[in-house]
Amino acid sequence: MKIIAVCGMGIGTSVLLKMNAEKVLKLMGIEATVDAADISSAKAAAANAQIVLTTPELVFKLDGLNAEIIEIDHVFDLTEIRQKLEKALL
Amino acid sequence: MSILRSAFGDRSILVAQRTSDWRGAVWLAGEGLVASGRTTPDYTSQMVATVEELGPYIVLAPGLALAHAHPGPAVLNQGLSLVTLATPVNFGNPKNDPVDVVIGLAANDHEGHLDLMGALAVFLTDDNMMTKLRKVTVREELLELLG
Repeated sequence: MKIIAVCGMGIGTSVLLKMNAEKVLKLMGIEATVDAADISSAKAAAANAQIVLTTPELVFKLDGLNAEIIEIDHVFDLTEIRQKLEKALL
Repeated sequence: MSILRSAFGDRSILVAQRTSDWRGAVWLAGEGLVASGRTTPDYTSQMVATVEELGPYIVLAPGLALAHAHPGPAVLNQGLSLVTLATPVNFGNPKNDPVDVVIGLAANDHEGHLDLMGALAVFLTDDNMMTKLRKVTVREELLELLG
């Protein structure tokens, strides 16, 4: 499974999202690669991804993707990330 | 010294600051990066422009903003700054406003700061850390929290 974490610059939010998503996926026992991308390269990066993780403010920049978009409100809330990933994956 | 602690140079931490809006809050985070030799003042303007362009997505968690811009010539050295606000300001983020803790991030490129981000993720995922950060009154207290 391929997951892309997207933020504006690709160095801050998306990296933190990627790291916390990796932690959660490991706990869930799901094999997945999570890559971080900035908003300008997100559509290309997500072309063959199943899931895109991002923050609510950036969703409008990601229309037209096949991947399911999951909005994370609180990047450091592992419970929120887990619940939303479980809803999408299980 | 932990990677997190060494990312905060001398004069990178400003506690109990007062400002009237989000621009002022991001500006203070930029001043911390400039004062500690991590960025030029241009980077501060770029951090403000990032929010103007992409919206308040940098408010990552209740009360916390991670101000940053693209790696580029305005970044002299990778580093972080930290600002706590005496009076919170709104960034326009419906879920996580108001903000009273701003972390400024300067990265040289897209890969070199990943260890630092890992440490920052662990630090901020601690449930009690925001409460502790808000109580900081002097820089030394913050350095102690950073470990």
